[in-house]
Amino acid sequence: MSVIPAEQLMDKRVHYLNESYGVKSWLFTKDHKRIGLLYLASITFMFFIGGAAAVLMRLHLIEPQGALVEPETYNKLFTMHGVIMVFFFLIPSIPAVLGNFLVPMMIGARDLAFPKLNLLSWYLYMAGALLTLSAIIAGGVDTGWTFYTPYSSVYANTHVMAVAIGVFINGFSSILTGLNFVVTIHKMRAPGLTWFRLPLFIWAMYATSIIFLLGTPVLAITLVLLGLERLLHVGIFDPKLGGDPLLFQHLFWFYSHPAVYIMILPGMGVVSEIIACFSRKRIFGYGLVAFSSMSIAAISFLVWGHHMFVTGQSIYAGLIFSALSFMVAIPSAIKVFNWTATLYRGSISYDAPMLYALGFIGLFTMGGLTGMFLASLATDVHLNGTYFIVAHFHYIMVGGAVMAYLGGIHFWWPKISGRMYSDGWARFAAFVIFIGFNLTFFPQFMLGYLGMPRRYAFYPAEFQVLNVMSTAGASILGIGYLIPLVYLAYSLRYGPVAPANPWGARGLEWRTSSPPVTENFEETPIVTAEAYAYDEGREPLA
Amino acid sequence: MPEAPLHAAAPATGHAPAYAAAHGIAAHAHQFDDPGQQHEAGNLGMWVFLATEVMFFGGLFAGYSVYRSLYLTAFEAGSRLLDVRLGAANTAVLIGSSLTMALAVRSAQLGRRKALVLFLLLTMVLGSVFLGVKGYEYYHKFENHLVPGIDFIYDQPNAPQVELFLCFYFFMTALHAVHMIIGIGILGTLAFMGWRGRFSPGYYSPVEVSGLYWHFVDIVWIFLFPLLYLIGGRY
Repeated sequence: MSVIPAEQLMDKRVHYLNESYGVKSWLFTKDHKRIGLLYLASITFMFFIGGAAAVLMRLHLIEPQGALVEPETYNKLFTMHGVIMVFFFLIPSIPAVLGNFLVPMMIGARDLAFPKLNLLSWYLYMAGALLTLSAIIAGGVDTGWTFYTPYSSVYANTHVMAVAIGVFINGFSSILTGLNFVVTIHKMRAPGLTWFRLPLFIWAMYATSIIFLLGTPVLAITLVLLGLERLLHVGIFDPKLGGDPLLFQHLFWFYSHPAVYIMILPGMGVVSEIIACFSRKRIFGYGLVAFSSMSIAAISFLVWGHHMFVTGQSIYAGLIFSALSFMVAIPSAIKVFNWTATLYRGSISYDAPMLYALGFIGLFTMGGLTGMFLASLATDVHLNGTYFIVAHFHYIMVGGAVMAYLGGIHFWWPKISGRMYSDGWARFAAFVIFIGFNLTFFPQFMLGYLGMPRRYAFYPAEFQVLNVMSTAGASILGIGYLIPLVYLAYSLRYGPVAPANPWGARGLEWRTSSPPVTENFEETPIVTAEAYAYDEGREPLA
Repeated sequence: MPEAPLHAAAPATGHAPAYAAAHGIAAHAHQFDDPGQQHEAGNLGMWVFLATEVMFFGGLFAGYSVYRSLYLTAFEAGSRLLDVRLGAANTAVLIGSSLTMALAVRSAQLGRRKALVLFLLLTMVLGSVFLGVKGYEYYHKFENHLVPGIDFIYDQPNAPQVELFLCFYFFMTALHAVHMIIGIGILGTLAFMGWRGRFSPGYYSPVEVSGLYWHFVDIVWIFLFPLLYLIGGRY
């Protein structure tokens, strides 16, 4: 209910941003919206650190023999890029920022079920991030983000322990966030908000939380074992002492493959919201889209072996993991087809969030289809360990997850900040990012197919043209990411005041003022329809 | 407005439940609609947390299973290095502590303050006995040079694999012991709060969810005991 005409009362109205001031009021806040903003600031910082590492790598690879750094430094750069981007940006990005901000509002609650745990999760994230950053400053780590044994446990003499502890601590931040979301979604929905009226973003958060809860502890215990092995020289993963390094890979990917879906499922949730809103249409096949999130979460735990096709695991295991990996394509394709069907005969408007969402659909589809190449045993033997893999997962994680994250930030920015940003600049940035992204990573598909291995600081001279293209793309992409930083910051002070519902969206979060009051709603809303009642003239919604 | 009237009186401290229990009313934090919702949320939260704990220990159990199937003889030999009588005694102690914990929860539900504190203290004592026995077993291993990585001397066949077994023995029991220590700390806090009269038949969630945690830690041991102590095939 936007009872207050925000345009006039903006300065006088008390909301979550101005109800108290000062550093303490932020560092000790239990408000889910403020905690979301704490996360927003911290992960943005980490994103640009990780991005700087990527830019250095791309600049280095502009020449076949390497233009910038020593090979050892290059190893540290790609490790730092991977660790920071995976654990400290992508995994917390949408859940911890947008999820924190939106989950209670979308279900009509005043806060998450456990606000203190929520704040604790941010502190755990910060502790993990600072430890990891200090290890990088102290000299870095060169194992790759996967920490493969026995290199990481026996041979690497870089700061493996500090980074492993940082990732371990950060894991508990994910676990607490997931726990909070599951309990909140189960127990705190507003009257009338049944499971099948929930926004698809909530379904995506729920599926993501399940993976947080069941996957992250396995990574945690694996890192503990790695640390003990490194510290005490016992042989859990060391073949010389009777251990098996492949056990580490099994345990690691048991978490880290589902972690890929931690990164992409929230993005799918965001895109579902945006597509429906800017097509002015009910999402096509609501039930299937919701169900596909849950089935992706379930199947995600059964496919980790496709990272290990060439490690010498049994051929039967390989066959089964291959078949199961192909199965992930089914729910993923259901989503893509349903978004497309939603667009069909919708009245589409191309605001900035929509551009990101459309970009997501195209890039995610390419990332997903190239994943099929890697799920099939024979082609994987050829492509494994090449730039084809690098391009594939960047299409999912950057073309998919980051595009969706930016789309979500743009979509909910008026709600978060109470201000409108410049739509022209925002569309321009989306365009630059799309161009830069494709120029960076499409050549890498070709490089990988031609056989250029990943993680090397130099390469044969015949690959130079494609590498230069990739580096040029990375430069454009880097600038593209800086533009939103500028106009979003600018909008905070000079942007026009946002109305409660600038997009004419139907979700509960748009029924409260922008920015919302601390308890989200003036009074608990009562829900009578699902969140996509865009075509009310048609038959009534479930 | 569905919110309880005391909401206006209590929020400054941020301890609405404690405030209310002290005044004999059932209360709830501001994000909940009523005490029932808060109770259910707390319970579900603990069950979800225990699910993550299952996966946490699960990684170790998976590793144990892999190596046990690879090195069965060595694992049996390793198992024979453990003192099964102490392990069995500890199992009995821990099951006893689960009983006293269940009685503590019941006392909280019925609002019997003294019984609650007594049973909580009893649970803590039994937990400490368990840790004492465990500590004695560890001490014994140190004396016999059976500590992997630090001081390991073993002149029978399959020494590296036996060492691997003892690795798992130490990791798994130590992780379990850490959970016991945390549990004893929580119970101590609860006993103090109970003694101060913070719990009532309308507000006993913390006792109940801590009970769930305690039982979970017991159940982990119920799996550890046979897997570590009884596979030697002595009897």
